[in-house]
Amino acid sequence: MHLSPDDVIFWQYGFITINLTLVTTWGLMVVMVVGSGLITRKLKTGLHISRWQCALEIIVTGINTQIEEVGLRQPQKYIGFIGTLFLFIAIANMCIVFPGYEPPTGSLSTTTALALGVFLAVPFFGVERGGVLTYLKSYLQPTFIMLPFNIISDITRTLALAVRLFGNIMSGGMIVGILLSISPLIFPVIMNVLGLLTGLVQAYIFSILATVYIAAVVSKPDKQT
Amino acid sequence: MQINWFTVIAQLFNFILLVWLMKRFLYAPILAAIDEREKKIKAQLNDAKDQKAEAKKEQDEFSAKNADFDQHKKALMDAAIAETQTERQKLLDAARTDAETLRTKQARALEEMQASLQTDIAKKTQQAVFSITQKALVDLASVSLESQSVAVFIERLRHLKADEKQAFVDAFQADKKPVQIKSAFALSASQQTDVKAALTKLLGASADGAFTTDPALISGISLMANGYKLAWSVADYLTSLEKSISVPKSVAPKKESDTKKHAVN
Repeated sequence: MHLSPDDVIFWQYGFITINLTLVTTWGLMVVMVVGSGLITRKLKTGLHISRWQCALEIIVTGINTQIEEVGLRQPQKYIGFIGTLFLFIAIANMCIVFPGYEPPTGSLSTTTALALGVFLAVPFFGVERGGVLTYLKSYLQPTFIMLPFNIISDITRTLALAVRLFGNIMSGGMIVGILLSISPLIFPVIMNVLGLLTGLVQAYIFSILATVYIAAVVSKPDKQT
Repeated sequence: MQINWFTVIAQLFNFILLVWLMKRFLYAPILAAIDEREKKIKAQLNDAKDQKAEAKKEQDEFSAKNADFDQHKKALMDAAIAETQTERQKLLDAARTDAETLRTKQARALEEMQASLQTDIAKKTQQAVFSITQKALVDLASVSLESQSVAVFIERLRHLKADEKQAFVDAFQADKKPVQIKSAFALSASQQTDVKAALTKLLGASADGAFTTDPALISGISLMANGYKLAWSVADYLTSLEKSISVPKSVAPKKESDTKKHAVN
C-alpha cells in the first residue's frame, strides 16, 4: 500500500519522473479543457441556452459571486486563478467515485505546488494592483516590527494550505483503504460518500483561503486611500 | 510522504497551464456570453421601455385627440342645435308673420264685407224708411195739413233771423218782380191773404205774389224771389234727414258689437 500517487512511477530518467500524480493531473486537465472547449464551442447568447452551458454558467457565476463577496471588486480578473484552483481540486477529489482512481491532491507534491501557486499569486496580484513598493510596504504594516511575523505568516500559511489539503485527501483515501480491509461491504461506500463531501469542502476552503489572501493584499491600497 | 520536487515543479507548471487553458476555453467565453446576454436583455428592456414610453405617448396623444374630437363634436352639436333653434325660430316667426298677415287680410276682408253689408243694410233701411215716410206723409197730405203748413210758414216768416230777412229783402228789392209762392195744394183765398199780409209785413207795401202748386213739396210752402228761396216743407225735412243719416263708407263700424248695434237701429 502506498500513501501517495507519487510513489507509482511510470517512467524515470534521473531527476525527471513521470508518476501517477502527473498522469492523473494531465488526464484531468484534458477532461476539463476538452469539456470546456466542447461546451463553450456552441455558446448561445440568447435567452434559450443548452443545459451544459447553463450548468457552466451557474458554476462560473457562482465562483464570481464568491470572489466578489470576499471583497475583490473585479472578480473576472481573479476568476482564472481562483476558479481553476477550485475546479481542479473539486474535480480531482470528486473522481474518487471511479474505482482505482488516486486523486492527485492526495500527493503532497501536488498540494505543495498549489500552495506555491497561491504563495506566488499573492505578490503577483499585489504588485499588479499597487506596484512593488506598495506591496513590500504591506509587510511593514502596522509597524516594521511586524516584518518577520508577516514573512513567517506568508510561509506558514502556504505550508498550512499544502498540508491541510494533502492531509484531508490522503486521510480520506487511507481511511477507505483501512476500512476495506476491515469491513469490505458497506462502510467503504459511506466513507467514500463522506470523502466526496470532504473533497468539495476542501476545494472550497483552499480556494476561498487563496481568495482571502489575495484580497488582503489587493484591498490594502484601497483602504489607505 | 516525501515531496517530489520535480512533481511539484511539474504540477505548478501544469496548474499555470491549466489556468491559461481554462481562461481561454471556459471563463472568457462564458463571461463574454453572459455579458452579451445581459447586454441583449438590457437592450430589450430599453426597447421595451422605449416602446412603453412610445405607447404611453401614443395613448396620451390618442386621449388628447379623443378629447379634442369630443369637444369638436360637442361644439358642432351645439352649433347645429343653435342653428336649428334659430332656423326654427325664423320659420316660426315667418309662419307667425304669414298667419298674422293672413289674419289681418281676413279681418280686413271681413271688416270690408261687414262694412259693405252694413252700408247696404243702412242704405236699404234708409231707402225703406224714406219711402215709407214719404208714402205715409203723401197719404197724410191734405188741405187741412196745408193750412197748418201755411200757418207754420207764416210764423217762421215772422220770426226770421235779421240776416236772413235782410238777404231776402235785398234779393226782392233788386228784382222787384212778384214773389213766386209754391205750395203742394192750391191755397184758399184766406190763406193767400194771410201769406200776402205776411209778405207785405216782411217786404213792405209793394209786395206782390204769384201762387203756384207743386205736389213734390208733399206738404208745405216756399217763397222764391230773384233766385233766393225761403221754404218750409215736409220734403225739405226728409231731404235733410236723409243727408244727416246717410252712412259714409269710410266711417264704417269696426267692432262687431257696434255693427250689431247699427244693424238693430
